[in-house]
Amino acid sequence: MENKKIAIVGPPNVGKSSIFNNLSGTYVTVSNYPGTTVEIFKTHIKLKGKDYQLIDTPGMYSLWPLSEEERVARWILLKSSPDVILQIGEAKNLEKTLMFTLQLLEAGCPLILVLNIMDEAKDEGIHIDIHQLENILGIPVVETVSVRNIGIGKLKEAIINAPATTEATFLQYSRSIEEAIGAIASYIKAQYTIAKRALSVLLLGEDPEIQNIVRAREERQDFEKIVQAKEQLKRKISQPLEYVVNVALQEKAQDIAQRVTKSKKKKERNFSRLLGDLTLKPLVGIPLLAFFLYFGIYKLVGVFGAGVCVDFLEGAFEKYVSPFFVFIFQKIIPFEFIRNLFVGEYGIITLGIRYAVAIVLPIVGIFFFVFSFAEDTGYLPRMGAMLDRLFKKIGLSGRAVIPIVLGLGCDTMATMVTRILPTRRERIIATFLLSLSVPCSAQLGVIMAVLSQKGWALAIWFLVISSVFAFSGFILNRILKGKKPSFHIELPPLRMPRMSNICIKTYSRLKWYFKEVLPLFIWASVFIWVGQITKLFDIVIAALAYPLRGVGLPDYLAKVFLFGFFRRDYGAAGLYDLNKQGLLSMREVLVAAVILTLFLPCIAQFLMNLKERGMKLSIGIALFILFFSFSVGFVLNNILLIVGIP
Amino acid sequence: MERLTDKEEEILESLWVEVEESAKTPDIGVLRDEPALEDLIEKGFIDRQKEKLLTEKGLKEAERCVRRHRLAERLLADILYVKDPLIHEASCKFEHGLHHGLEDNICTLLGHPRTCPHGKPIPEGECCKKFEKIPQRLIVSLKELVPGNTGKISYINTQDTQTLKRLISMGILPGNQIKLLHRFPSFVFEMGNSNFAIDKDLAENIYVLLLQTGPFNKKGGKRWRHGLK
Repeated sequence: MENKKIAIVGPPNVGKSSIFNNLSGTYVTVSNYPGTTVEIFKTHIKLKGKDYQLIDTPGMYSLWPLSEEERVARWILLKSSPDVILQIGEAKNLEKTLMFTLQLLEAGCPLILVLNIMDEAKDEGIHIDIHQLENILGIPVVETVSVRNIGIGKLKEAIINAPATTEATFLQYSRSIEEAIGAIASYIKAQYTIAKRALSVLLLGEDPEIQNIVRAREERQDFEKIVQAKEQLKRKISQPLEYVVNVALQEKAQDIAQRVTKSKKKKERNFSRLLGDLTLKPLVGIPLLAFFLYFGIYKLVGVFGAGVCVDFLEGAFEKYVSPFFVFIFQKIIPFEFIRNLFVGEYGIITLGIRYAVAIVLPIVGIFFFVFSFAEDTGYLPRMGAMLDRLFKKIGLSGRAVIPIVLGLGCDTMATMVTRILPTRRERIIATFLLSLSVPCSAQLGVIMAVLSQKGWALAIWFLVISSVFAFSGFILNRILKGKKPSFHIELPPLRMPRMSNICIKTYSRLKWYFKEVLPLFIWASVFIWVGQITKLFDIVIAALAYPLRGVGLPDYLAKVFLFGFFRRDYGAAGLYDLNKQGLLSMREVLVAAVILTLFLPCIAQFLMNLKERGMKLSIGIALFILFFSFSVGFVLNNILLIVGIP
Repeated sequence: MERLTDKEEEILESLWVEVEESAKTPDIGVLRDEPALEDLIEKGFIDRQKEKLLTEKGLKEAERCVRRHRLAERLLADILYVKDPLIHEASCKFEHGLHHGLEDNICTLLGHPRTCPHGKPIPEGECCKKFEKIPQRLIVSLKELVPGNTGKISYINTQDTQTLKRLISMGILPGNQIKLLHRFPSFVFEMGNSNFAIDKDLAENIYVLLLQTGPFNKKGGKRWRHGLK
């Protein structure tokens, strides 16, 4: 017999991932902002000797999806037909949680309701009568505080004893709607994972996905009749059905919530509330943002990560690790050209692993740490609220702060996270900006370290990159068709992050990152090695030298650019190497830094663009960037020459 | 201004809906023996020769009738909390009393709503065109509140399903209490035990019944724009 499936559903930021972690003992990133679970996580768990498959889903608020994330979540729910569904909701938002519960129950889902973050609800003076709630809903209800592992034992018991729920009807609509539901239900002949009545309600809304599923499985004339019933109803009610249904859901949920909740007088503004409120005032929020960028990104990632840590690790690597491997390989491999693959100038160990471990790891690691910290405090959505107006100018909303800031860590990961943006237009703009003008942390760190010797050079670099960012976003916003974005985000309370959580998160992100990066670093070494033997490497480098001469850069930078195509950070690390040897003038470093920042997205990001945005768009973006980055370099170089900077 | 009978107003109203909203050619066959129809023709509101039947004068008057009807519906639904099935019937009676500028007062009180509770557009009146909002208003859009104001959500004023779904996903539904915390750079409000941030365009769609008297932003956001420049 197949293992029973358990699916975890619920809105973002209520602790789905942390429940997943508690149940499975493995780690998924847990965060205090919407949209971390973009990949679907599955794992096997054992409860009382029985095997289960546990599935985590992206955030969803209801069975009517709004964003791509929610579509994915619902798709999983419909496709996998789980044996148990754990609906996670915030205890202090019982009413909103119940709206989704009622929808799931009407759909006939075998449900366990998990009221998480119970501690915050208690702090707010909210008491929920669990037994009464269980009686009303007819399903098990469990209280938990997942970050402290409270209530997980009970939850496991509830899963083991989970009854198969049957369809329940809680809502009664107006007569014309009920008639339409009845008519549609009578035309539905095939078996679906959700109950007929609930499916009929979904069919009455504007929901192409559900329509396609049903169209594929019903006889043609039946489907036509369904469409007819829907059109008929549309003429009778002029409000969108989603609205009518939600109003009914809300009334019922409110009614239940009021019956089971005892609310003591709310505590007056506590410190965290006050602080959270302050961060939303421009007078505090903007300096705080500046502080975050200066201290978090520049000081920690740039100066400490790329400066101190890299210097130390690089020194150690070159002094001890490289010589050690050179020595070993000299002993075991007598042929120099094979030895070169591992410990030569471009060797897997002496170059690939050195770059990955000594240059990229400390920078990216520290960035992810800073990002996870900001995320766990609940600061990121506030940053979105602060920047929304500015982001609207470039066709994005405040929500895009999350992928863009994450892009400062790793553009590949950030491109994946653009899924949290609601419209295709926003996703295209964000993908483009990430590809062109958002440097990843390794790049950023190295560039800051290289340029920080001269403050003006860093300032020029920053100015050029941010103008390109703003300008290209502005233009895209003008030329792309489609609706302008709209912005809404939930602001979680400011929470003091738990160090253990931040570390786990940083670790799991780094793990993802290295799984993505290390193979590419190694492949790069292999390709270069093959290229060297076949002389192909020299030909490409020689060819690349021409455009470089055009923008006033020396020929030997060609290999840095070639590296840059394998990984952005790989190219930046190459620049770091050359600069350390003192081969480059400030003008050359500056122009190279600008071009490398804007330059083609690295292979990993290009592949992610392909996956997320499709072939045509990705190639278009890549070609444009190739041409554009060199043009900017050309202009900058000439300006610098005119001004008289060598 | 000559006063029309209730029946006459009803006829004009239904003709207007057919001509303007359903874009159908109206048929008055069923009304053949209706004396009110003859009166309307006599008074110059209807001309049998015209394809659309309504004369220019008739069209104007008919639009006003529709406006009164839909405003009445809004008033009943939002302020008097009349439930949906009763609204239409009640407002059919109610509308005929709304003359001599009374409809403009109601329109102003409601904050110049653009749609009736069923989502159909309300024809604009003089008062909407001027858009001079008087401070006694009870129902205002979230955009016009000042931080600290509390209100009960009364309706969502949008025809766009995406926008509607977005608002619903946050739990913005009639009856919920809302408190505005900030209005710049984003609109931040508290609802239930959660805080949300939204942009001006979304805030504009949410209409609330003010729960406390006190100052609110009369100029509706303009102040901020001036302040910024």
